[in-house]
Amino acid sequence: MATTRLRPGHLLIALLVLLAAVLASTLLGAVDLGRQRVLAEIGAQLTGGTSPLTAREAAILWELRVPRIVLGGLVGAALAVSGAAFQGVFRNPLADPYLLGAAAGAGLGATVVVAVAPGSTGSALGPLPVAAFLGAAGGVALTSLLGRSAGAGTATLLLAGVAVASFLTAVQTFVLQLNAETLRQVYTWMLGGFGTSGWRQVLVVLPHVVLASAVLWLCARLLDVLALGDDEASSLGVRPARVRLLVLAAASLATASAVSVSGLIGFVGIVVPHVVRLLAGASNRVVVPLSLLGGATFLILADVVARTAFAPAELPIGVVTAFTGAPFFLLVLRGAGRRA
Amino acid sequence: MRLELTSVSAGYSAVPAVRDVSARVGSGSWLAVIGPNGAGKSTLLKAVAGLVRHTGELTLDGHPVAALAHRERARAIGYAPQTPQLPDGLTVTDYVLLGRTPHLRPLAREGRADLAVVADVLDRLDLAALAGRSLRTLSGGERQRAVLARVLAQQAGLLLLDEPTTGLDVGHAQALLDLVDRLRREDGTTVVSTLHDLTLAGQYADQLLLLHDGAVAARGTPARVLTEPLLSRHYGARITVLSTADGSPVVAPRRT
Repeated sequence: MATTRLRPGHLLIALLVLLAAVLASTLLGAVDLGRQRVLAEIGAQLTGGTSPLTAREAAILWELRVPRIVLGGLVGAALAVSGAAFQGVFRNPLADPYLLGAAAGAGLGATVVVAVAPGSTGSALGPLPVAAFLGAAGGVALTSLLGRSAGAGTATLLLAGVAVASFLTAVQTFVLQLNAETLRQVYTWMLGGFGTSGWRQVLVVLPHVVLASAVLWLCARLLDVLALGDDEASSLGVRPARVRLLVLAAASLATASAVSVSGLIGFVGIVVPHVVRLLAGASNRVVVPLSLLGGATFLILADVVARTAFAPAELPIGVVTAFTGAPFFLLVLRGAGRRA
Repeated sequence: MRLELTSVSAGYSAVPAVRDVSARVGSGSWLAVIGPNGAGKSTLLKAVAGLVRHTGELTLDGHPVAALAHRERARAIGYAPQTPQLPDGLTVTDYVLLGRTPHLRPLAREGRADLAVVADVLDRLDLAALAGRSLRTLSGGERQRAVLARVLAQQAGLLLLDEPTTGLDVGHAQALLDLVDRLRREDGTTVVSTLHDLTLAGQYADQLLLLHDGAVAARGTPARVLTEPLLSRHYGARITVLSTADGSPVVAPRRT
């Protein structure tokens, strides 16, 4: 029987593409370590042989490049899966962590912590991730309330999101002006990027992304039920308000953890789920897991471009994702307009 | 399943859209709720489905519906709204599988038994050939059948169908109602539906409930309810009631 539930073939392809992106990203960098030698080094690490790299080169590979790739993958997965979840909950193809004010809220939360207690970016349960989560959840709640009070519709929600995001960003700027000495630190971070990434950041983000992704994957079927509308979902024994709350909390957590390590990276949450829907099917049971893998792939590749296009200078990765994402967003917008 | 309503009032605002409605629908029988626009037909169905708050008593086989847990109620009562939303990219099978939701534990996925139920429903509704098609590509009649299949996959003893023939031509409307009729005969399913086509309502339902301004204006067999004085008064229309060879009423509008 034909169903669009996740096919093993699709999962395998997505995994292979991700693996290829990781490999390509490991071989390419501002410092040319030599592809053969990097491959030999990976082989040596896997088999316990002797490393062909110098200590400095090994450090560049294992302490800078690889954690940066892992972090990029985690952030991309988090942004893409939360985009898919927001689109499902709001039944709005253009919902995304950035357009809903979630990212701006997370940014504000993180900024407040950086301003009040600079250098306290430590652990997964430290003040920064918590503040970022509260900011993200607050941003989404505000957007959803404003959007609903102004009437239903794709455009209304997005306009409310734009207003909320601008407001939160303005508050963030205000907080920054009051704390001029942290200005530089936060501004670099706001442009988005993995310039300061290491294994420590990976450990901060990993638990959040795993938890949020697991919740969203488990809820994927319920998101399909929500797509029938609240009355039908309710007549099927589902409580729409509860499901929405759970999914929004998980998506906000994913957004917040992404934003708190990498700043603002736009469009991943829109581009990836849409490409997945085009290629593999529209059921959230397909879209959620494949967006995780696709988001990781997309951001790892975008970071390769950011690192190497103007090496040794780095492009902010947000610029790279916007270059591909903005035109794509317009295409989706046109499609949504035609269907409405 | 036997449905009983005793002095049921329901609605969204302080002024209820449905007032003091009592009715009794026996197991395996079909009640059609008729009435002019805004009479409260859809609200009555939603109240039975538990989607709108009600006062008064609503019982299924003698047990109050309000006492049922969310999922229990969903296993007993299937509901198809007047304008169902069909998620664009889903296939027919995926869509119908969503009807199994009340039978699954929260967050669980469908097992082989659920797939078998769905395959059987698709077969009975002649949808097997469309199983892998995207909902987007279906015609109006196929969409209505898919919605019915989604509700049937719920395997509920009581079906609430809000205007199931909306947008269907007379042939497709008949085909759909024939299908519902067969199901209730074969499975003993109880059916409550709103129907705007009075002739079809009279031909398929055993009992009609005529609502006007939220209250019961008349109830009984089609022959008792589909009369010129009753319909003219409550619909504010010029109407002639004819009779077919087998004696079932035909409601025809008149120009003058």
